[in-house]
Amino acid sequence: MNVLIGFILAPLLPGVIHRTKAIFAGRNGPPLLQPYFDLLKLLQKGAVYSRTTTWVFRSGPVVGLAAVLIAFLIAPFGGGVALLAFPGDLVLFAYLLGIMRFFTVLAALDTGSSFEGMGASREVTYSALAEPALLLGLAAVARATGNLSLSEMFGGLSCASWTAAPAPLALVCGGLFVVFLAENARIPVDDPNTHLELTMIHEVMVLDHSGPDLAFIQYAAALKLWLLGSLLVGIALPVHGAEPWINLGMALAGMVVLAGIVGVVESCMARLRLIAVPRLLLGAVTLCLVALLLAVWS
Amino acid sequence: MNAWTDTSLIVALLAVLMTLGSSRIALCIRLVAVQGIALSLLPVTTSDTFNSHVWLLAVGTLLVKGILLPWFLHKTRRQADVPREVEPYIGFGASLLVGTAMLTASFWGASVLPLPHHQPPTTLALPISFFCVFSGLFLVASRRKALMQVLGYLVLENGIYIFGIVLVKDQPLLVEMGVLLDLVVGVFVMGIAIFHISREFEHIDADRLNLLNDAVGRDGAA
Repeated sequence: MNVLIGFILAPLLPGVIHRTKAIFAGRNGPPLLQPYFDLLKLLQKGAVYSRTTTWVFRSGPVVGLAAVLIAFLIAPFGGGVALLAFPGDLVLFAYLLGIMRFFTVLAALDTGSSFEGMGASREVTYSALAEPALLLGLAAVARATGNLSLSEMFGGLSCASWTAAPAPLALVCGGLFVVFLAENARIPVDDPNTHLELTMIHEVMVLDHSGPDLAFIQYAAALKLWLLGSLLVGIALPVHGAEPWINLGMALAGMVVLAGIVGVVESCMARLRLIAVPRLLLGAVTLCLVALLLAVWS
Repeated sequence: MNAWTDTSLIVALLAVLMTLGSSRIALCIRLVAVQGIALSLLPVTTSDTFNSHVWLLAVGTLLVKGILLPWFLHKTRRQADVPREVEPYIGFGASLLVGTAMLTASFWGASVLPLPHHQPPTTLALPISFFCVFSGLFLVASRRKALMQVLGYLVLENGIYIFGIVLVKDQPLLVEMGVLLDLVVGVFVMGIAIFHISREFEHIDADRLNLLNDAVGRDGAA
């Protein structure tokens, strides 16, 4: 049930972000459902493949989408239990996202374009810094709740754990928010609007994909935004009432607010210089590490 | 009150970590001011009784560490025309990593340290005071500008301050005030020294000052 909601509503998040940015800039902006229209349009088109590419290039979007779909089975949402839950699944979660990234990078390298190679190199550099932050942050939450499976961790969190030990959770929220922005190629790290000149990280790697492949990639990106966002909302708003509908509603409201915050951040900030990004990510790692230390020793 | 103690300690901890990772001297001075303001809450939150001693200490700390010293350092920075960058020997990323290593070491060290008299009001106080001392020393050793070494000295002193406030019950007011006064005088002397160094040599790079020794003479002045 929760998984289905995620599958259906995930493309709404980029729509909300775009609406927020449009309101800030005083534009009309694209309609809220524009990502769905884009996906439908792309799925109806044919794909064009370069003669230099091999099966690796074609497998990239498919494997990426598959990996993020499997990660959906592990991640809990709205206080419910995920379809799959076992101790240590948080590591699997992190590395499913890793597989997705790995195949996107391989597909980008397979095109032989030096441009995409540069994007691939930057993507892996940044994700090498973002991954420790994600794992350390999840480890801190695992330590604070005493569980090793994502469902039990987020089920174990409640408003009482915020009043008991607010510091580690707040630090994890801060660290994971930076990871959330970096992994989803949002603004302080990467600019999702400009495909060529400015960003050259995530968007440049998918330049050669077209038609259904591009639809897969965009849908997978929306799902990843939803997944990491649901982790963040799960930590920041651990509401577990008796009524599942209320929990679900709270979580959905949290996701919309999160997308709104991302839109505000993107409207108010410029993209950081490339040299400054590792320092930001290192800051996120430090926040998560401090949270872990606090969770272990207090 | 325990939550407030923890919060102000963690704010101080994050400010120190940011000082390790930031490249602008003005930002570092502001962060040390934030640290001083956060620490000025400690006497109020950790004590059981609210007498004039506690309030005097809190207000004195706030005035000296949160307002007076940062203002004076800003003034020195402007007058001495110090460049904006910190210019570290050890880069900012590496400094942050060293900082986290020092933090881990302080948490471990605090957990094995035997405390004979009484338990501190919060488990965070001891590791964070160690961490401030370590990172103060690290800042003194790893930054080129003499102004940053003054800041490192302040961070170090903050660590000792946390240790004293949290662990030593009923310290005489006279001792605390004497420490604060010493701090003010020390920082003023250092600030004036920095001002004169930069007037004389047009820089305040500590690594070039060792050229002033007898063997080399005053070649470093060029």
